[in-house]
Amino acid sequence: MERVPTPQTASPPATGAAATSPVRLTINGMDQALTLDNRVSLLDLLREHLHLTGTKKGCDHGQCGACTVIVNGRRINSCLTLAVMHDGDEVTTIEGIGTPDHLDPMQAAFVAHDGYQCGYCTPGQICSARAVLEEIAAGIPSHVTGDLNAPPPLSAEEIRERMSGNLCRCGAYANMLEAILEVADTQGLPA
Amino acid sequence: MKAFSYERASSPADAAARAAQIANARYIAGGTNLLDLMKLQIEAPSHLIDVNGIGLDRIEETAEGGLRIGALVRNTDLAADPRVRRDYPVLTRALVAGASGQLRNKATTAGNLLQRTRCVYFYDPNMPCNKRVPGSGCSALAEGAVSRQLAVIGTSDACIATHPSDMAVAMLVLDAVVETVLPSGETRVIPVADLHVLPGDTPHIETTLRPGELVTAVTLPPPIGGKQSYRKVRDRASYAFALVSVAAIIQPDGSGRIALGGVAPKPWRRDDADAALPKGATAVMERLLAGARPTEDNAFKLLLAERALAATLAEAKE
Ligand SMILES: Cc1cc2nc3c(=O)[nH]c(=O)nc-3n(C[C@H](O)[C@H](O)[C@H](O)COP(=O)(O)OP(=O)(O)OC[C@H]3O[C@@H](n4cnc5c(N)ncnc54)[C@H](O)[C@@H]3O)c2cc1C
Ligand code: SF4
Ligand code: FES
Ligand code: FES
Repeated sequence: MERVPTPQTASPPATGAAATSPVRLTINGMDQALTLDNRVSLLDLLREHLHLTGTKKGCDHGQCGACTVIVNGRRINSCLTLAVMHDGDEVTTIEGIGTPDHLDPMQAAFVAHDGYQCGYCTPGQICSARAVLEEIAAGIPSHVTGDLNAPPPLSAEEIRERMSGNLCRCGAYANMLEAILEVADTQGLPA
Repeated sequence: MKAFSYERASSPADAAARAAQIANARYIAGGTNLLDLMKLQIEAPSHLIDVNGIGLDRIEETAEGGLRIGALVRNTDLAADPRVRRDYPVLTRALVAGASGQLRNKATTAGNLLQRTRCVYFYDPNMPCNKRVPGSGCSALAEGAVSRQLAVIGTSDACIATHPSDMAVAMLVLDAVVETVLPSGETRVIPVADLHVLPGDTPHIETTLRPGELVTAVTLPPPIGGKQSYRKVRDRASYAFALVSVAAIIQPDGSGRIALGGVAPKPWRRDDADAALPKGATAVMERLLAGARPTEDNAFKLLLAERALAATLAEAKE
Protein backbone atom coordinates (compact mmCIF):
# COMPACT_ATOMS: atom_id res chain seq x y z
CA MET A 1 0.00 0.00 0.00
CA GLU A 2 1.39 3.36 -1.02
CA ARG A 3 1.65 5.77 1.85
CA VAL A 4 0.52 9.35 1.29
CA PRO A 5 2.36 11.71 3.64
CA THR A 6 0.25 13.68 6.08
CA PRO A 7 0.16 17.43 5.45
CA GLN A 8 1.75 18.30 8.80
CA THR A 9 5.53 18.01 9.05
CA ALA A 10 6.29 15.39 11.64
CA SER A 11 8.54 16.33 14.52
CA PRO A 12 9.39 13.33 16.69
CA PRO A 13 7.84 13.36 20.14
CA ALA A 14 9.95 14.39 23.10
CA THR A 15 10.26 10.83 24.43
CA GLY A 16 12.21 9.78 21.35
CA ALA A 17 9.69 6.96 20.87
CA ALA A 18 8.20 6.22 17.47
CA ALA A 19 5.75 8.70 15.98
CA THR A 20 4.37 5.97 13.72
CA SER A 21 2.68 2.66 14.48
CA PRO A 22 1.83 -0.45 12.49
CA VAL A 23 -1.88 -1.23 12.18
CA ARG A 24 -3.89 -3.98 10.49
CA LEU A 25 -7.55 -3.54 9.84
CA THR A 26 -10.29 -4.84 7.58
CA ILE A 27 -11.99 -2.16 5.54
CA ASN A 28 -15.07 -3.13 3.54
CA GLY A 29 -13.90 -6.75 3.72
CA MET A 30 -10.35 -6.04 2.54
CA ASP A 31 -7.36 -6.56 4.82
CA GLN A 32 -5.06 -3.56 5.11
CA ALA A 33 -1.65 -3.56 6.78
CA LEU A 34 -0.12 -0.11 7.11
CA THR A 35 2.35 1.90 9.11
CA LEU A 36 0.80 5.23 10.00
CA ASP A 37 1.72 8.49 11.64
CA ASN A 38 0.01 8.21 15.03
CA ARG A 39 -1.88 11.44 14.29
CA VAL A 40 -3.84 10.02 11.36
CA SER A 41 -7.53 9.89 12.22
CA LEU A 42 -9.61 6.99 10.96
CA LEU A 43 -11.31 9.52 8.67
CA ASP A 44 -8.01 10.67 7.14
CA LEU A 45 -6.88 7.07 6.73
CA LEU A 46 -10.01 6.37 4.69
CA ARG A 47 -9.94 9.50 2.58
CA GLU A 48 -6.26 10.45 2.18
CA HIS A 49 -4.51 7.08 2.36
CA LEU A 50 -7.06 4.64 0.93
CA HIS A 51 -8.88 7.15 -1.32
CA LEU A 52 -12.27 6.03 -0.03
CA THR A 53 -13.73 9.51 -0.41
CA GLY A 54 -17.37 8.52 0.14
CA THR A 55 -16.94 9.27 3.84
CA LYS A 56 -17.00 13.06 4.18
CA LYS A 57 -15.09 15.47 6.38
CA GLY A 58 -17.36 18.26 7.60
CA CYS A 59 -16.32 19.73 10.93
CA ASP A 60 -13.51 17.29 11.92
CA HIS A 61 -14.68 17.78 15.57
CA GLY A 62 -17.56 15.36 16.12
CA GLN A 63 -20.23 17.97 15.51
CA CYS A 64 -21.73 17.12 12.11
CA GLY A 65 -21.81 13.34 11.57
CA ALA A 66 -20.59 13.54 7.93
CA CYS A 67 -17.74 11.15 8.81
CA THR A 68 -19.97 8.42 10.29
CA VAL A 69 -18.73 4.88 9.58
CA ILE A 70 -19.42 1.48 11.12
CA VAL A 71 -16.66 -0.06 13.27
CA ASN A 72 -17.21 -3.59 14.58
CA GLY A 73 -20.93 -3.16 13.90
CA ARG A 74 -21.38 0.25 15.55
CA ARG A 75 -21.60 3.72 14.08
CA ILE A 76 -18.96 6.20 15.21
CA ASN A 77 -17.51 9.55 14.10
CA SER A 78 -14.34 8.57 12.24
CA CYS A 79 -12.86 12.07 12.75
CA LEU A 80 -12.52 11.68 16.53
CA THR A 81 -10.61 8.42 16.61
CA LEU A 82 -7.04 7.51 15.66
CA ALA A 83 -6.48 4.93 12.95
CA VAL A 84 -3.79 3.26 15.09
CA MET A 85 -6.39 2.61 17.79
CA HIS A 86 -8.23 0.28 15.41
CA ASP A 87 -5.78 -2.59 15.09
CA GLY A 88 -7.80 -5.73 14.28
CA ASP A 89 -11.06 -3.83 13.77
CA GLU A 90 -13.60 -4.16 10.96
CA VAL A 91 -14.63 -0.92 9.30
CA THR A 92 -17.54 -0.47 6.88
CA THR A 93 -17.85 2.73 4.88
CA ILE A 94 -20.51 3.83 2.41
CA GLU A 95 -18.44 2.11 -0.32
CA GLY A 96 -18.92 -1.20 1.52
CA ILE A 97 -22.68 -0.79 1.85
CA GLY A 98 -23.73 -0.69 -1.80
CA THR A 99 -22.61 0.27 -5.28
CA PRO A 100 -24.38 2.29 -7.96
CA ASP A 101 -25.41 -1.02 -9.60
CA HIS A 102 -26.37 -2.75 -6.37
CA LEU A 103 -27.86 -0.21 -4.01
CA ASP A 104 -28.49 -1.16 -0.42
CA PRO A 105 -32.21 -0.82 0.48
CA MET A 106 -31.46 2.33 2.49
CA GLN A 107 -29.62 3.88 -0.46
CA ALA A 108 -32.50 2.95 -2.78
CA ALA A 109 -35.00 4.51 -0.37
CA PHE A 110 -32.96 7.74 -0.14
CA VAL A 111 -33.04 7.90 -3.96
CA ALA A 112 -36.74 7.08 -4.18
CA HIS A 113 -37.65 9.74 -1.59
CA ASP A 114 -35.14 12.34 -2.80
CA GLY A 115 -33.49 12.23 0.62
CA TYR A 116 -30.53 14.35 -0.38
CA GLN A 117 -29.86 17.60 -2.17
CA CYS A 118 -26.15 18.40 -2.54
CA GLY A 119 -25.46 14.95 -1.11
CA TYR A 120 -22.57 15.98 1.10
CA CYS A 121 -24.06 14.61 4.30
CA THR A 122 -25.69 11.59 2.61
CA PRO A 123 -23.01 8.89 3.14
CA GLY A 124 -22.97 9.65 6.88
CA GLN A 125 -26.77 9.85 6.99
CA ILE A 126 -27.09 6.43 5.32
CA CYS A 127 -24.53 4.83 7.64
CA SER A 128 -26.40 6.32 10.61
CA ALA A 129 -29.86 5.45 9.30
CA ARG A 130 -28.99 1.75 8.99
CA ALA A 131 -27.42 1.79 12.47
CA VAL A 132 -30.47 3.58 13.93
CA LEU A 133 -32.79 0.77 12.83
CA GLU A 134 -30.39 -1.79 14.32
CA GLU A 135 -30.15 0.17 17.58
CA ILE A 136 -33.95 0.32 17.88
CA ALA A 137 -34.19 -3.41 17.09
CA ALA A 138 -31.55 -4.08 19.78
CA GLY A 139 -33.68 -2.19 22.32
CA ILE A 140 -31.19 0.61 22.98
CA PRO A 141 -33.09 3.54 24.53
CA SER A 142 -32.91 7.16 23.33
CA HIS A 143 -33.66 10.56 24.84
CA VAL A 144 -37.30 10.36 23.66
CA THR A 145 -37.99 6.75 24.72
CA GLY A 146 -40.94 6.81 27.15
CA ASP A 147 -40.77 3.49 29.02
CA LEU A 148 -37.15 2.49 29.67
CA ASN A 149 -38.15 -1.08 30.52
CA ALA A 150 -39.94 -1.76 27.22
CA PRO A 151 -38.48 -1.99 23.70
CA PRO A 152 -38.35 1.47 22.10
CA PRO A 153 -41.05 2.00 19.45
CA LEU A 154 -40.17 2.58 15.84
CA SER A 155 -41.66 6.06 15.58
CA ALA A 156 -40.79 9.16 13.59
CA GLU A 157 -39.91 10.81 16.90
CA GLU A 158 -37.38 8.06 17.77
CA ILE A 159 -35.77 8.24 14.33
CA ARG A 160 -35.52 12.04 14.42
CA GLU A 161 -33.83 11.99 17.82
CA ARG A 162 -31.42 9.21 16.85
CA MET A 163 -30.49 10.94 13.58
CA SER A 164 -29.75 14.23 15.38
CA GLY A 165 -25.97 13.63 15.32
CA ASN A 166 -26.05 14.02 11.51
CA LEU A 167 -26.46 17.59 10.38
CA CYS A 168 -27.61 18.52 6.87
CA ARG A 169 -27.00 22.01 5.54
CA CYS A 170 -29.46 21.54 2.70
CA GLY A 171 -32.30 20.62 5.03
CA ALA A 172 -33.20 17.33 3.32
CA TYR A 173 -34.39 15.95 6.66
CA ALA A 174 -38.08 15.43 5.87
CA ASN A 175 -37.34 13.23 2.87
CA MET A 176 -34.71 11.26 4.74
CA LEU A 177 -37.20 10.52 7.49
CA GLU A 178 -39.64 9.09 4.93
CA ALA A 179 -36.88 6.97 3.39
CA ILE A 180 -35.87 5.54 6.78
CA LEU A 181 -39.48 4.85 7.80
CA GLU A 182 -40.04 3.00 4.52
CA VAL A 183 -37.00 0.76 5.06
CA ALA A 184 -38.12 0.11 8.63
CA ASP A 185 -41.52 -0.87 7.32
CA THR A 186 -40.14 -3.34 4.76
CA GLN A 187 -37.96 -4.87 7.50
CA GLY A 188 -41.13 -5.47 9.50
CA LEU A 189 -39.94 -3.59 12.56
CA PRO A 190 -42.78 -2.97 15.04
CA ALA A 191 -44.20 0.55 15.08
CA MET B 1 -1.73 18.22 16.01
CA LYS B 2 1.68 17.83 17.68
CA ALA B 3 3.44 14.51 17.07
CA PHE B 4 3.19 11.92 19.84
CA SER B 5 4.18 8.35 20.51
CA TYR B 6 1.48 5.76 21.14
CA GLU B 7 1.21 2.48 22.97
CA ARG B 8 -1.44 0.07 24.15
CA ALA B 9 -1.42 -0.74 27.84
CA SER B 10 -1.51 -4.41 28.81
CA SER B 11 -3.30 -4.01 32.15
CA PRO B 12 -4.58 -1.19 34.39
CA ALA B 13 -1.50 -1.42 36.63
CA ASP B 14 0.78 -1.40 33.58
CA ALA B 15 -1.01 1.70 32.23
CA ALA B 16 -0.57 3.61 35.50
CA ALA B 17 3.07 2.59 35.85
CA ARG B 18 3.81 3.70 32.26
CA ALA B 19 2.04 7.02 32.75
CA ALA B 20 4.36 7.88 35.63
CA GLN B 21 7.49 6.97 33.64
CA ILE B 22 6.82 9.12 30.58
CA ALA B 23 6.64 12.90 30.81
CA ASN B 24 3.50 14.51 29.43
CA ALA B 25 1.71 11.18 28.82
CA ARG B 26 -2.09 10.97 28.67
CA TYR B 27 -4.57 8.13 28.69
CA ILE B 28 -6.84 7.79 25.69
CA ALA B 29 -10.19 5.99 25.99
CA GLY B 30 -12.89 6.88 23.43
CA GLY B 31 -10.80 9.84 22.32
CA THR B 32 -13.88 11.96 21.61
CA ASN B 33 -12.77 14.76 23.91
CA LEU B 34 -8.99 14.38 23.97
CA LEU B 35 -8.56 14.23 20.17
CA ASP B 36 -10.93 17.15 19.70
CA LEU B 37 -8.68 19.23 21.99
CA MET B 38 -5.44 17.87 20.49
CA LYS B 39 -6.51 19.02 17.02
CA LEU B 40 -6.67 22.55 18.42
CA GLN B 41 -3.42 22.07 20.41
CA ILE B 42 -5.30 22.86 23.60
CA GLU B 43 -3.97 19.50 24.71
CA ALA B 44 -0.56 18.47 23.39
CA PRO B 45 0.55 15.21 25.02
CA SER B 46 3.83 13.73 23.80
CA HIS B 47 2.68 10.18 24.51
CA LEU B 48 -0.71 8.43 24.45
CA ILE B 49 -1.48 5.33 26.48
CA ASP B 50 -4.44 3.51 24.95
CA VAL B 51 -6.47 1.94 27.77
CA ASN B 52 -8.92 0.12 25.50
CA GLY B 53 -8.83 -3.67 25.65
CA ILE B 54 -7.47 -4.09 29.20
CA GLY B 55 -10.59 -5.58 30.75
CA LEU B 56 -12.22 -2.39 32.05
CA ASP B 57 -15.35 -2.77 29.91
CA ARG B 58 -17.62 -4.86 32.15
CA ILE B 59 -20.60 -4.05 34.39
CA GLU B 60 -20.76 -6.35 37.42
CA GLU B 61 -22.98 -6.64 40.47
CA THR B 62 -21.26 -5.80 43.76
CA ALA B 63 -21.54 -7.86 46.94
CA GLU B 64 -23.59 -5.01 48.47
CA GLY B 65 -26.18 -5.20 45.68
CA GLY B 66 -24.97 -2.24 43.63
CA LEU B 67 -23.18 -2.11 40.26
CA ARG B 68 -19.51 -1.76 39.45
CA ILE B 69 -19.10 -0.09 36.06
CA GLY B 70 -15.73 -0.51 34.33
CA ALA B 71 -14.05 2.76 33.35
CA LEU B 72 -14.14 1.78 29.67
CA VAL B 73 -17.85 0.85 29.48
CA ARG B 74 -19.28 2.83 26.57
CA ASN B 75 -22.01 5.36 27.29
CA THR B 76 -24.41 3.47 24.96
CA ASP B 77 -23.84 0.17 26.79
CA LEU B 78 -24.24 1.74 30.22
CA ALA B 79 -27.47 3.49 29.20
CA ALA B 80 -28.87 0.28 27.69
CA ASP B 81 -27.92 -2.09 30.53
CA PRO B 82 -31.21 -3.61 31.79
CA ARG B 83 -30.15 -3.22 35.46
CA VAL B 84 -29.35 0.45 34.94
CA ARG B 85 -32.63 1.06 33.12
CA ARG B 86 -34.61 -0.65 35.86
CA ASP B 87 -32.78 0.41 39.05
CA TYR B 88 -30.93 3.64 38.13
CA PRO B 89 -33.10 5.22 35.41
CA VAL B 90 -31.73 8.72 36.21
CA LEU B 91 -28.40 7.46 34.86
CA THR B 92 -29.83 6.14 31.60
CA ARG B 93 -31.81 9.37 31.14
CA ALA B 94 -28.72 11.53 31.69
CA LEU B 95 -26.60 9.45 29.32
CA VAL B 96 -29.07 9.51 26.44
CA ALA B 97 -29.52 13.27 26.91
CA GLY B 98 -25.84 13.75 26.07
CA ALA B 99 -24.03 13.99 22.71
CA SER B 100 -25.17 11.83 19.74
CA GLY B 101 -25.56 8.10 19.06
CA GLN B 102 -22.19 8.01 17.29
CA LEU B 103 -20.39 9.73 20.17
CA ARG B 104 -22.07 7.63 22.86
CA ASN B 105 -20.87 4.50 21.07
CA LYS B 106 -17.28 5.65 21.72
CA ALA B 107 -17.50 7.74 24.89
CA THR B 108 -16.53 5.90 28.08
CA THR B 109 -17.54 6.15 31.72
CA ALA B 110 -14.20 7.58 32.89
CA GLY B 111 -13.68 9.74 29.80
CA ASN B 112 -17.11 11.28 30.26
CA LEU B 113 -16.40 12.21 33.90
CA LEU B 114 -13.02 13.67 32.93
CA GLN B 115 -14.07 15.57 29.80
CA ARG B 116 -13.09 19.23 29.85
CA THR B 117 -15.24 22.33 29.76
CA ARG B 118 -16.95 23.55 26.58
CA CYS B 119 -16.39 27.26 27.44
CA VAL B 120 -16.01 28.82 23.98
CA TYR B 121 -13.02 30.90 25.07
CA PHE B 122 -11.26 27.78 26.39
CA TYR B 123 -11.79 26.33 22.90
CA ASP B 124 -10.38 29.42 21.13
CA PRO B 125 -6.57 29.37 21.32
CA ASN B 126 -6.50 33.05 20.30
CA MET B 127 -8.25 34.20 23.48
CA PRO B 128 -6.83 34.48 27.01
CA CYS B 129 -7.99 31.67 29.29
CA ASN B 130 -6.67 30.84 32.77
CA LYS B 131 -7.68 27.23 32.41
CA ARG B 132 -5.76 26.77 29.15
CA VAL B 133 -2.82 29.07 29.93
CA PRO B 134 -2.61 29.74 33.68
CA GLY B 135 -2.28 33.45 34.44
CA SER B 136 -3.35 34.64 30.98
CA GLY B 137 -6.72 36.01 32.14
CA CYS B 138 -10.34 34.97 31.65
CA SER B 139 -12.00 36.08 28.41
CA ALA B 140 -15.44 35.17 29.72
CA LEU B 141 -15.14 37.83 32.44
CA ALA B 142 -13.93 40.55 30.06
CA GLU B 143 -16.14 43.52 29.12
CA GLY B 144 -18.72 42.52 26.51
CA ALA B 145 -17.99 38.76 26.75
CA VAL B 146 -20.71 36.22 26.03
CA SER B 147 -21.23 34.17 29.18
CA ARG B 148 -24.74 32.83 28.59
CA GLN B 149 -23.59 29.17 28.79
CA LEU B 150 -21.31 29.63 31.79
CA ALA B 151 -21.52 28.99 35.51
CA VAL B 152 -23.48 30.96 38.12
CA ILE B 153 -22.12 29.36 41.29
CA GLY B 154 -18.87 27.84 42.57
CA THR B 155 -16.98 30.20 40.25
CA SER B 156 -14.01 32.46 41.03
CA ASP B 157 -12.52 35.67 39.63
CA ALA B 158 -10.22 33.42 37.59
CA CYS B 159 -12.80 31.18 35.84
CA ILE B 160 -16.56 30.76 35.42
CA ALA B 161 -16.61 27.63 33.23
CA THR B 162 -19.12 24.80 33.76
CA HIS B 163 -18.48 21.09 33.85
CA PRO B 164 -20.24 19.80 30.74
CA SER B 165 -21.02 16.17 31.62
CA ASP B 166 -24.64 15.06 31.95
CA MET B 167 -23.68 11.61 33.24
CA ALA B 168 -21.68 13.08 36.12
CA VAL B 169 -24.79 14.86 37.45
CA ALA B 170 -26.66 11.56 37.64
CA MET B 171 -23.63 9.85 39.20
CA LEU B 172 -23.61 12.54 41.90
CA VAL B 173 -27.28 12.14 42.78
CA LEU B 174 -26.69 8.37 42.98
CA ASP B 175 -23.72 8.79 45.40
CA ALA B 176 -21.40 6.97 42.98
CA VAL B 177 -17.79 6.27 43.95
CA VAL B 178 -14.77 6.31 41.62
CA GLU B 179 -12.14 3.57 41.94
CA THR B 180 -8.58 4.19 40.78
CA VAL B 181 -5.11 2.69 40.58
CA LEU B 182 -1.98 4.78 41.17
CA PRO B 183 1.41 4.36 39.47
CA SER B 184 2.68 2.81 42.74
CA GLY B 185 0.08 0.06 42.32
CA GLU B 186 -1.99 1.35 45.26
CA THR B 187 -5.73 1.73 44.72
CA ARG B 188 -8.11 4.32 46.15
CA VAL B 189 -11.78 5.25 46.15
CA ILE B 190 -13.07 8.79 45.63
CA PRO B 191 -16.75 9.75 45.96
CA VAL B 192 -17.88 11.44 42.71
CA ALA B 193 -18.75 14.44 44.89
CA ASP B 194 -15.03 14.85 45.65
CA LEU B 195 -13.66 14.11 42.17
CA HIS B 196 -14.03 17.58 40.64
CA VAL B 197 -12.67 20.71 42.34
CA LEU B 198 -13.73 24.36 42.17
CA PRO B 199 -11.50 26.73 40.17
CA GLY B 200 -10.27 29.10 42.91
CA ASP B 201 -7.12 30.72 41.54
CA THR B 202 -5.96 27.47 39.86
CA PRO B 203 -8.70 26.71 37.31
CA HIS B 204 -6.35 24.47 35.33
CA ILE B 205 -6.53 21.95 38.21
CA GLU B 206 -9.87 20.24 37.70
CA THR B 207 -9.87 17.02 39.72
CA THR B 208 -8.39 15.42 42.83
CA LEU B 209 -6.70 12.72 40.72
CA ARG B 210 -2.92 12.51 41.23
CA PRO B 211 -0.42 12.39 38.37
CA GLY B 212 -0.80 9.12 36.45
CA GLU B 213 -3.81 7.99 38.47
CA LEU B 214 -6.03 5.76 36.31
CA VAL B 215 -9.78 5.49 36.88
CA THR B 216 -10.65 1.79 36.79
CA ALA B 217 -14.36 1.77 37.69
CA VAL B 218 -17.33 3.68 39.05
CA THR B 219 -19.44 1.94 41.70
CA LEU B 220 -23.13 2.56 42.33
CA PRO B 221 -24.58 1.80 45.77
CA PRO B 222 -27.63 -0.51 45.98
CA PRO B 223 -30.73 0.94 44.28
CA ILE B 224 -32.80 3.40 46.35
CA GLY B 225 -35.94 3.42 44.19
CA GLY B 226 -38.00 6.62 44.01
CA LYS B 227 -39.10 8.50 40.89
CA GLN B 228 -35.92 9.19 38.98
CA SER B 229 -35.61 11.74 36.21
CA TYR B 230 -33.14 13.89 34.29
CA ARG B 231 -34.50 17.12 32.85
CA LYS B 232 -32.13 18.91 30.47
CA VAL B 233 -32.88 22.41 29.19
CA ARG B 234 -30.89 23.49 26.13
CA ASP B 235 -31.04 25.71 23.07
CA ARG B 236 -31.87 22.81 20.71
CA ALA B 237 -34.14 19.83 21.29
CA SER B 238 -31.18 17.47 20.94
CA TYR B 239 -27.40 17.32 20.52
CA ALA B 240 -26.51 20.38 22.60
CA PHE B 241 -24.99 20.90 26.02
CA ALA B 242 -27.21 21.86 28.95
CA LEU B 243 -28.05 25.41 29.93
CA VAL B 244 -29.45 23.86 33.10
CA SER B 245 -30.13 20.25 33.99
CA VAL B 246 -31.80 18.63 36.99
CA ALA B 247 -31.13 15.07 38.13
CA ALA B 248 -33.72 14.02 40.68
CA ILE B 249 -34.70 11.04 42.82
CA ILE B 250 -37.99 11.75 44.60
CA GLN B 251 -39.44 9.30 47.15
CA PRO B 252 -43.21 8.84 47.69
CA ASP B 253 -43.06 10.93 50.92
CA GLY B 254 -41.61 13.91 49.00
CA SER B 255 -38.08 13.52 50.33
CA GLY B 256 -35.25 12.92 47.89
CA ARG B 257 -32.09 14.13 46.27
CA ILE B 258 -31.37 16.59 43.53
CA ALA B 259 -28.28 17.69 41.63
CA LEU B 260 -27.85 20.38 38.97
CA GLY B 261 -25.80 20.44 35.78
CA GLY B 262 -24.89 23.44 33.64
CA VAL B 263 -24.68 25.86 36.56
CA ALA B 264 -21.30 25.23 38.20
CA PRO B 265 -17.70 24.07 37.58
CA LYS B 266 -18.76 20.66 38.90
CA PRO B 267 -22.04 18.75 39.23
CA TRP B 268 -23.85 20.66 41.96
CA ARG B 269 -25.58 19.27 45.05
CA ARG B 270 -26.02 20.28 48.72
CA ASP B 271 -27.39 18.20 51.58
CA ASP B 272 -29.37 21.12 53.06
CA ALA B 273 -31.04 21.65 49.69
CA ASP B 274 -32.01 17.97 49.52
CA ALA B 275 -33.52 18.35 53.01
CA ALA B 276 -35.70 21.23 51.76
CA LEU B 277 -37.29 19.13 49.00
CA PRO B 278 -40.64 18.59 50.78
CA LYS B 279 -40.97 22.41 50.93
CA GLY B 280 -40.81 22.80 47.16
CA ALA B 281 -38.61 24.16 44.39
CA THR B 282 -38.16 27.70 45.71
CA ALA B 283 -36.97 26.51 49.12
CA VAL B 284 -34.55 24.07 47.48
CA MET B 285 -33.05 26.67 45.18
CA GLU B 286 -32.66 29.19 48.02
CA ARG B 287 -30.20 26.73 49.53
CA LEU B 288 -28.76 25.10 46.44
CA LEU B 289 -27.98 28.40 44.73
CA ALA B 290 -27.18 30.46 47.85
CA GLY B 291 -24.19 32.71 47.12
CA ALA B 292 -24.61 32.47 43.34
CA ARG B 293 -22.70 35.13 41.39
CA PRO B 294 -24.24 35.12 37.91
CA THR B 295 -23.25 37.47 35.11
CA GLU B 296 -25.85 39.67 33.44
CA ASP B 297 -25.82 37.16 30.56
CA ASN B 298 -26.54 34.04 32.57
CA ALA B 299 -28.64 35.27 35.52
CA PHE B 300 -31.61 33.67 33.74
CA LYS B 301 -30.24 30.28 34.82
CA LEU B 302 -31.32 30.89 38.44
CA LEU B 303 -35.00 31.11 37.52
CA LEU B 304 -34.64 28.44 34.84
CA ALA B 305 -33.22 25.99 37.39
CA GLU B 306 -36.07 26.68 39.81
CA ARG B 307 -38.69 26.18 37.11
CA ALA B 308 -37.02 23.01 35.86
CA LEU B 309 -37.08 21.64 39.41
CA ALA B 310 -40.71 22.72 39.90
CA ALA B 311 -41.64 20.82 36.75
CA THR B 312 -39.69 17.80 37.97
CA LEU B 313 -41.47 17.83 41.35
CA ALA B 314 -44.89 18.22 39.71
CA GLU B 315 -44.17 15.25 37.47
CA ALA B 316 -43.00 13.13 40.40
CA LYS B 317 -46.41 13.63 42.07
CA GLU B 318 -48.33 12.31 39.05
C1 LIG C 1 -20.17 17.44 19.46
C2 LIG C 1 -20.15 16.90 20.84
C3 LIG C 1 -21.26 17.01 21.66
C4 LIG C 1 -21.25 16.51 22.96
N1 LIG C 1 -22.36 16.65 23.75
C5 LIG C 1 -22.31 16.22 25.04
C6 LIG C 1 -23.41 16.41 25.92
O1 LIG C 1 -24.46 16.96 25.54
N2 LIG C 1 -23.30 15.97 27.20
C7 LIG C 1 -22.18 15.36 27.65
O2 LIG C 1 -22.14 14.96 28.82
N3 LIG C 1 -21.11 15.18 26.86
C8 LIG C 1 -21.16 15.59 25.57
N4 LIG C 1 -20.08 15.42 24.76
C9 LIG C 1 -18.82 14.95 25.34
C10 LIG C 1 -18.62 13.46 25.30
O3 LIG C 1 -19.57 12.88 26.16
C11 LIG C 1 -17.19 13.21 25.78
O4 LIG C 1 -16.32 13.59 24.75
C12 LIG C 1 -16.94 11.77 26.15
O5 LIG C 1 -17.78 11.33 27.17
C13 LIG C 1 -15.50 11.58 26.59
O6 LIG C 1 -15.25 10.20 26.75
P1 LIG C 1 -14.04 9.50 25.97
O7 LIG C 1 -13.97 8.10 26.45
O8 LIG C 1 -14.16 9.70 24.52
O9 LIG C 1 -12.84 10.35 26.58
P2 LIG C 1 -11.38 10.65 26.04
O10 LIG C 1 -11.43 11.76 25.05
O11 LIG C 1 -10.70 9.39 25.66
O12 LIG C 1 -10.72 11.18 27.41
C14 LIG C 1 -11.15 12.36 28.06
C15 LIG C 1 -10.17 12.66 29.19
O13 LIG C 1 -10.24 11.65 30.20
C16 LIG C 1 -8.97 11.06 30.40
N5 LIG C 1 -9.23 9.63 30.68
C17 LIG C 1 -9.96 8.78 29.90
N6 LIG C 1 -10.07 7.59 30.50
C18 LIG C 1 -9.42 7.68 31.69
C19 LIG C 1 -9.20 6.78 32.77
N7 LIG C 1 -9.69 5.53 32.76
N8 LIG C 1 -8.50 7.22 33.84
C20 LIG C 1 -7.99 8.48 33.88
N9 LIG C 1 -8.15 9.38 32.88
C21 LIG C 1 -8.87 8.97 31.80
C22 LIG C 1 -8.20 11.32 29.14
O14 LIG C 1 -6.80 11.34 29.38
C23 LIG C 1 -8.73 12.68 28.75
O15 LIG C 1 -8.07 13.69 29.45
C24 LIG C 1 -20.08 15.88 23.45
C25 LIG C 1 -18.96 15.74 22.63
C26 LIG C 1 -18.98 16.24 21.34
C27 LIG C 1 -17.76 16.09 20.48
S1 SF4 D 1 -14.36 30.85 32.06
FE1 SF4 D 1 -12.59 29.54 32.56
S2 SF4 D 1 -12.42 28.26 30.72
FE2 SF4 D 1 -13.64 30.06 30.10
S3 SF4 D 1 -12.16 31.64 29.40
FE3 SF4 D 1 -12.46 32.00 31.59
S4 SF4 D 1 -10.77 30.85 32.50
FE4 SF4 D 1 -11.01 30.00 30.45
S1 FES E 1 -16.37 15.40 10.35
FE1 FES E 1 -16.64 14.00 11.97
S2 FES E 1 -18.44 14.74 12.92
FE2 FES E 1 -18.01 16.31 11.48
S1 FES F 1 -27.85 17.16 1.34
FE1 FES F 1 -26.50 18.87 1.34
S2 FES F 1 -25.66 18.78 3.33
FE2 FES F 1 -27.22 17.35 3.44
